[in-house]
Amino acid sequence: MLVDLAGGWNPMLGRLAWSQIPYDNPILAPLFVAVVIGTIIILGLITYYGKWTYLWKEWLTTVDHKKLGVMYIILGLVMLFRGFIDGLMIRTQQAWAVGTHSSGVFGATHGYLTPFHFGQVYSAHGLIMILLAATPLLVGFMNIIVPIQIGARDMAYPYLNALGLWITAAAGALIMISLFVGDFAHNGWFGYAPIFELQYSPGVGVDYWIWTMELVALGTTLGGINILATIIKMRAPGMSWGRLPIFVWASLSANVIALTSFPALQVALGLVAADRYLGAHFFTAGLGGNLMLYTNLFWIWGHPEVYFVILPAFGMMSEIFPTFSEKPLFGYITMVLASLAIAGVSWLVWLHHFFTMGAGPYVNSAFSVATMLVGIPTGVKVFNWAFTMYRGRLTFNAAMLWAIGALFLLLIGGLTGMMLAVPAINYMVHNSVFVVAHFHSMLLVIVYAIFASVIYWFPKVFGFKLDEFWAKTMFWLFSAGTTLVFVPMYMLGFMGMTRRLDYVFNTAWHPYLLVMEFGIVVYMISVLAFFALLYVSIRDHAKNRVGADAWGTSRSLEWLTHSPVPFYNFAVLPHISARDEVAWRRDNGIDHVQPDHYEDIHMPNNTGVAIILGGLTFVLGFALVWRIWWLCILSLLAIMALVIYRSFKGDPGYIITAAELEEMEKDAMCREAQIGKQHYRVGGGVLGDAIAYERSDLPPLASQPGSSVGLGHRS
Amino acid sequence: MSSPASNVDPKTAELWDKGHYQYDVIATRTLGYFMYLLSDGMLFATLFAAYGVLSYQHSYFGGPTPADFVKPWYTFVQTMALFLSVLAYGFGMNALKNKNKSGVISGLLAAFVLGVLFLMLDIHDMTHLASLGIGVATSGGMSAFIVLTQVHATHIFFGLIWILVMMAQVMTKGFTTDVVGRLLTLRMFWHLQAIIWVFVYVFVYLWGYMS
Repeated sequence: MLVDLAGGWNPMLGRLAWSQIPYDNPILAPLFVAVVIGTIIILGLITYYGKWTYLWKEWLTTVDHKKLGVMYIILGLVMLFRGFIDGLMIRTQQAWAVGTHSSGVFGATHGYLTPFHFGQVYSAHGLIMILLAATPLLVGFMNIIVPIQIGARDMAYPYLNALGLWITAAAGALIMISLFVGDFAHNGWFGYAPIFELQYSPGVGVDYWIWTMELVALGTTLGGINILATIIKMRAPGMSWGRLPIFVWASLSANVIALTSFPALQVALGLVAADRYLGAHFFTAGLGGNLMLYTNLFWIWGHPEVYFVILPAFGMMSEIFPTFSEKPLFGYITMVLASLAIAGVSWLVWLHHFFTMGAGPYVNSAFSVATMLVGIPTGVKVFNWAFTMYRGRLTFNAAMLWAIGALFLLLIGGLTGMMLAVPAINYMVHNSVFVVAHFHSMLLVIVYAIFASVIYWFPKVFGFKLDEFWAKTMFWLFSAGTTLVFVPMYMLGFMGMTRRLDYVFNTAWHPYLLVMEFGIVVYMISVLAFFALLYVSIRDHAKNRVGADAWGTSRSLEWLTHSPVPFYNFAVLPHISARDEVAWRRDNGIDHVQPDHYEDIHMPNNTGVAIILGGLTFVLGFALVWRIWWLCILSLLAIMALVIYRSFKGDPGYIITAAELEEMEKDAMCREAQIGKQHYRVGGGVLGDAIAYERSDLPPLASQPGSSVGLGHRS
Repeated sequence: MSSPASNVDPKTAELWDKGHYQYDVIATRTLGYFMYLLSDGMLFATLFAAYGVLSYQHSYFGGPTPADFVKPWYTFVQTMALFLSVLAYGFGMNALKNKNKSGVISGLLAAFVLGVLFLMLDIHDMTHLASLGIGVATSGGMSAFIVLTQVHATHIFFGLIWILVMMAQVMTKGFTTDVVGRLLTLRMFWHLQAIIWVFVYVFVYLWGYMS
């Protein structure tokens, strides 16, 4: 039943052999040595400081949604860095291998990467950035913020939450190990039929690609179910649908997409696996296979997926703009409807990824119109953000700068997207770097929103603010890099440069490619600025401690509890009376009212089962890649046994008594009292003294002349 | 301007929960599991789409088509086995309402036996196909036919293991919140597999037979 392999296979090691380790590769071999030394140093440091117990008890076995979220974000940032290095390699190759006279090293005729290696680099870049950087980062933020914003103590299923993280981490480990054992797919991150068939790609690269994606899909589906159930079932008393913070609405619509679309990816890749492992003929050329079936199935997931990643980013921006405009969000209801509309329309547009399939004018027109429809709810959002800022009392701190940067990129990416929605234009620029520049603009919206959120929610999670100077420095460097890389890319797209060129034949494009190379170096410096940001912020953390309402102008429920958030989130669950509960309490002078008595609360126990299951899924993936069948069966049986074991064992949880709770709350309030009163900035937005929103604890501005014209102002 | 969407008087507002707010554990679980079943339904929907695309005459590449080997009465027996299994599970759940342990166990046992019958008929069917030299590698159409039906059979297989686990848990633990929650979610799972089977029977077996 299993297919016969052309290469070697033995029952013990499957396809694994020494020749599969690329120790003779001049790029990978030194990297491998560096990674091994780095790992030894890290493990050595953990051992030296005796932190293994701490690590195991506090992090690896935790079911606390905030810690899991932090680990999701760390995983996402590490993978973002890996994906960035891939981007740097792509840019360098294209800046180097231009024209017939360009030199070549390391076995490449031009540049430093052979075509096969280059193919692996851009495939890994795409897959990592979307599925292992953006997705974990956003899931991490949803994990941390959603339960606190709805007034819950944890997610609906804390253990499932840990399981989702560790399965995602297993996927990350699988793609990382493909660097040093075997190779990775060279068929682009979304794959093409029939190049990924065994006949044309006999190596293990495509198998790594399949199982990495399957694991991410599994982890994200589990996470999506968890977040949806949390939002539907775990809201605090009084938190009606109309009072739900906007980020929660965005998470809800995003996870509806995740829940419904990821199974399509699992099937699409499962069928590729059936072709490669069982010799099926789903996507083969000949014997009744259908090449475009794969492309359709993939993008039926693929397009909803890009809205799955952008909707939480929109939610983040919708939290940040009101906070630093000191106004409620403009058009809350339209914002909610727009999120749900985007989630709905995301299902109707997949064919615009391949207008050139030749489906004919009627099909293409329908999908073109559906694609343009996306512009309506997105436009609603952009105008809502603009009106939120309009006549607001703006604070241009780092978080706000990143959010505004996201807004600009959304405009550029959105308008070029509208161009690409026209089939006639699409035929012209299809498969060119114009398309690449377009979707990078869109995905950078997410990156900008993520960095805005890192700065915005960092004090909530860790209790101190990040350094403003370095955060702004990083923002400007990053924005310079974005401009330098992607403006020339749009231009080259119009000039007809196709994507994924390992060798650029047209020397007239060289100057643009050199500008892009310079841009990626600026990006590199911004990454260094990020490290400096972390270093300086942690060094000076004592100076930057904050209280519950870290920004002084915060609005939604997460800012009601202490910073850092205690592991039980709220000692007593809040009763919600308003849409912007914290702003409402602050405006009415009741934000310091604390609960008068405490009661016992029930919390889930930590468990090591989740991380062991994650490890076993990694083993299963690795065994499947290398076709080590005994290991596949063994790890599958171990997974089933462990799941049944956990099911029998259950988790009774434990009780925090009211007395313990009171003690911890006293400590937290004591710490907050030492921080002293926050200094709130008064007046002076971009529109002079025009204001839209007046704070009761600030000196009145009504005496100033411009204020009476403020939007919604009462004096 | 005060914050919108609140007509609560801040002076008398209840700020902290005094009502001992508790969420319903079983309802939360069944909701989450229902959502998992939605994703499972999407998985089958995608497989049906693939089957739809790969069930043209040319998809069989001149080789055997379902019309050559499908026996509707054989598959009808499978259908009845699965439906009766769901019915037996339903009787077991009726017994759960009366906290009748032996009733639950016998319902689950009957569901298990009928499920095994279904699976054995399926395996027999597949070995019969293999003896005719038909497999996933025969043609695109046969790949779609076999993968769709066998993904369903795999669900049945894991459902059967789950039924065994639940029988053990009912016997050892009794009707705790965990066990009742799992019995309910397993009922949803088992029922959905029967619903999916209706589509498999009609669109794969019967249509395949008639085409």
